[in-house]
Amino acid sequence: MNPVVNESLARSFGLSAEEYGRVLAIMGRTPSFTELGVFSVMWSEHCSYKSSRVWLKQLPTKAPWVIHGPGENAGVVDIGDGLAAIFKMESHNHPSFIEPYQGAATGVGGILRDVFTMGARPIANLNALRFGRPENPRTKRVVDGVVRGIGGYGNCVGVPTVGGEINFHPAYDGNPLVNAMTVGIAAKDKIFLSAAAGIGNPVVYVGSKTGRDGIHGATMASTEFSADSEDKRPTVQVGDPFTEKLLIEACLELMATDAIVAIQDMGAAGLTSSAVEMAGKGNVGIELDLDQVPARETGMTAYEFMLSESQERMLMVLRPDREQLARDIFAKWDLDFSIIGRITDTGRIVVRHHGIVEADIPLAPLNDQAPLYTRPTVDTPKQEKLNPARIEDRYGLTAALEKLVGCPDLCSRAWVWDQYDSTVGGQTVKRPGAADAAVVKLEGLKRALALTTDCTPRYCLADPEVGGAQAVAEAWRNLTAVGARPLAITDNMNFGNPEKPEIMGQFAAAIRGMAAACEALDFPVVSGNVSLYNETEGKAILPTPAIGGLGVLDDAAQAVGLALPPWLDIVLVGATTGWLGQSIWLREIAGREDGAPPPVDLAVERANGDFVRTHILNGTIRACHDVSDGGVLVALAEMAMASGIGARMMAHPRDIPGHAFWFGEDQARYLVAVPDHVSFTRIAEAAGIPAMRLGTSGGQNLTLPDGGTISISTLRTAHERFFPSWMDGDNS
Amino acid sequence: MKAVVTVMLKAGVLDPQGKAIAHALGTLGFAGVEDVRAGKILEIEMSETDPVKAKAAAEEMARKLLANTVIESFRVSVEG
Amino acid sequence: MKAGIVIFPGINRERDMVIALEASFGVKPKMVWHKDTDVSGLDLIVIPGGFSFGDYLRCGAMAAQSPIMHAVKAHADRGGYILGVCNGFQILTEAGILPGALLRNASLRFLSMDCHLRVERADTVFTRQYQTGQTFRSVMAHGDGNYFADTATLDRLEGNNLVALRYATKAGDITPEVNLNGSAHSIAGILSPNLRVLGLMPHPEDLVDPMMGGADGKPLFDALAAA
Repeated sequence: MNPVVNESLARSFGLSAEEYGRVLAIMGRTPSFTELGVFSVMWSEHCSYKSSRVWLKQLPTKAPWVIHGPGENAGVVDIGDGLAAIFKMESHNHPSFIEPYQGAATGVGGILRDVFTMGARPIANLNALRFGRPENPRTKRVVDGVVRGIGGYGNCVGVPTVGGEINFHPAYDGNPLVNAMTVGIAAKDKIFLSAAAGIGNPVVYVGSKTGRDGIHGATMASTEFSADSEDKRPTVQVGDPFTEKLLIEACLELMATDAIVAIQDMGAAGLTSSAVEMAGKGNVGIELDLDQVPARETGMTAYEFMLSESQERMLMVLRPDREQLARDIFAKWDLDFSIIGRITDTGRIVVRHHGIVEADIPLAPLNDQAPLYTRPTVDTPKQEKLNPARIEDRYGLTAALEKLVGCPDLCSRAWVWDQYDSTVGGQTVKRPGAADAAVVKLEGLKRALALTTDCTPRYCLADPEVGGAQAVAEAWRNLTAVGARPLAITDNMNFGNPEKPEIMGQFAAAIRGMAAACEALDFPVVSGNVSLYNETEGKAILPTPAIGGLGVLDDAAQAVGLALPPWLDIVLVGATTGWLGQSIWLREIAGREDGAPPPVDLAVERANGDFVRTHILNGTIRACHDVSDGGVLVALAEMAMASGIGARMMAHPRDIPGHAFWFGEDQARYLVAVPDHVSFTRIAEAAGIPAMRLGTSGGQNLTLPDGGTISISTLRTAHERFFPSWMDGDNS
Repeated sequence: MKAVVTVMLKAGVLDPQGKAIAHALGTLGFAGVEDVRAGKILEIEMSETDPVKAKAAAEEMARKLLANTVIESFRVSVEG
Repeated sequence: MKAGIVIFPGINRERDMVIALEASFGVKPKMVWHKDTDVSGLDLIVIPGGFSFGDYLRCGAMAAQSPIMHAVKAHADRGGYILGVCNGFQILTEAGILPGALLRNASLRFLSMDCHLRVERADTVFTRQYQTGQTFRSVMAHGDGNYFADTATLDRLEGNNLVALRYATKAGDITPEVNLNGSAHSIAGILSPNLRVLGLMPHPEDLVDPMMGGADGKPLFDALAAA
């Protein structure tokens, strides 16, 4: 028996009293239990973006190459040769804390579906991960499960995992972030959308059967954690990558015909959100007969069918004369295929089960009258700019370098990458760690995509506006550093409880910074996802607007990596002030996490990047690495460790303290290896771009101007130690 | 009837999963764990009502598919 | 030589294999769906990598029972050429076409990285564009590549010189450190007694183009194309 529907039940479903009042007004009666379920998931933060929508509108979303911006399942950009790249990043934070393996695995599965539902063959996965302190025993279990889950799903479906990032911070102890990104390729005149059309057309369910898993996942993703969240375990879905692989192949086979009118995956809020969104976008009505839905369990109620988040399912509207064709394709792939309803002209969603109408809701008000909040904001107080001359260096350059390259945030991620299949498909030109961005070629063409994910949460906490701009700028810089032309981004906004003004203030400021950077760099947002309420017992995560960037190379052979070749001049492009505020050096060596983060000058960013890209494409720059966490010396060490070739460095300018020059995190900088520093710096000077010779590559050591020397093998030992000894060592 | 097929790695085959579990039990403070072997159990619902025939059928399934007799051994039991 | 690729549901490295075969053979291989039973006209049958039937139960176990495998076995009995890579190797052992089995990696983790393979004999149709004792670089990407066989089988393989490839250092040394999945005798690939069936875990098909990081695997496909 279903419980009695009233305001108190509505509140337990996550609707406020005011929102429930709105439901009563729309329905003109007390909603049924199933109807209340539909309203509660459609109006959850996760599905309605009710706290974030007013801010997201500020983001630039257009450019001549943008085919579809936000509002579709994923963003679509023109990449030339008649092709489009389709991509998006999405969070699976809450499920990944409760059950790390399945949470991460189904996160990968969900984002894959968002991309192939638009007609694209997925060609690359990336993931942006944030974990708690390594000393926290729980962190190790979460890392182990998340990495296995990403690998377990991605490896099996045969989409290479080519990049991503990992940070550690105590703020993620009870709330890790798992942001998965998928990139796919389709013919640009063959993009599939979700707007239903054609009165009387069949609504078809394909994929896995429906069970009781994940019920109310969308509302779970919209509330804070408490200590008893671990009891919510059964709501986590279980992924089946084998079925997903079959679904990809079957859908792409069907998409090569003219059978599909509209298609959408069943993601968060399952059948409810896919049916409501498809009919709503098409301004039509939809009728569903739940008796036709393939069920994995017996005795499921209408409410359970509508809210189940069973994985690997899709909803399609077909041309009526193509039913048999579609049925045959899904039979070939041994997937369920069932006509579960029809498109109507009523503008309502009507759900029947055992012949009884369980829900009958007008779609327009369900969508148009969804709550929208302009929540109060408070600005993050500005921190003061630190004077590097007043921060003592008691460590020295080589010792600090050895410590930094081994710290959890900067150490080698090989232990992680080695568990992800990065080569399946045979098109991966730059694998993880080989370059600032992953480079994946398009089968049969010279053209390649460059892909990256970026965010520096500690900058965002100190100054969300600067941090938001920096995240976008760093993604742009990483694409530039391989020689790619940056095209567009997807954003994954991970924040705390939006009902707190300081959190909403972080969100608003991050959006302002991102918008300015997107505008200045011609780098629009084409898709994204918002994850709020990332808090445990009132403690919020660092504000983390993770950026997934996509760029294009006309010729994959022009891509450069970061491995330092021998006997070249090493030149630093971009101006250095020795900015230590919020730097990794300050945190790891001086034990402080304060100061203003490095400012982001977007005009300089653009000028420096365009200069570097030009000289990569004309063949002058043989290796390139952007200067980010850890500053110049860490960037240099990473280049040296990648190739095994050392370098001899020259004295730094006298007006900046050594530790600030070598470890400061001024933005818009690149380390490049060129055959002739004289002509390179002359051209840079003529273009108004700061460029300074720093040294020459060669040998097996890094020799620093203070007389210190450290061998590449010592650096590698320090760099490669952390993950294997932490995860697989006998120290548990 | 229900046939229960238990599949285990043969004695001579290294079982790293079992080894890792044994190690983990030790670190959790369970003293005296000498060895762990990890295997799998398959429950097969059958329309067959004769226990002898059901068992024979399940054994055939195990030989043909459920176990790889190069590395695994199996045991079949049937329940009402 | 005319080549065909057998596709089971869940196989995912067939596109890589098509690229490698086409680059050497000059024509696209024929694609054969696992529910088909006809492999006539093919000289070489390739079973590529992936996760056939999700690798549920055991890697390759369900694919080995697929209808097409009767035709593959008959092809082997006729002396036809077969190349099984990764999941393809697992399927060949599950089907009894090659001896032994592939267990979970000793580290219990998926291994995706480059490795070096030492060519143990260069007088086969697969390896004759390499030299005996030479090493070449390959990609590996598997969770279950730990080759196992009982002592008698290993003795037979070694005695008849049927080990085609072993995991080695770049210089060709066989050490435990580079035998990452824990394979018996560092075995990466084995041959049938007639030398016409090769099963191996690593992916030579993923290194056939310098732009992809190297062409170390190309001689294997060139040799087949020339046969």
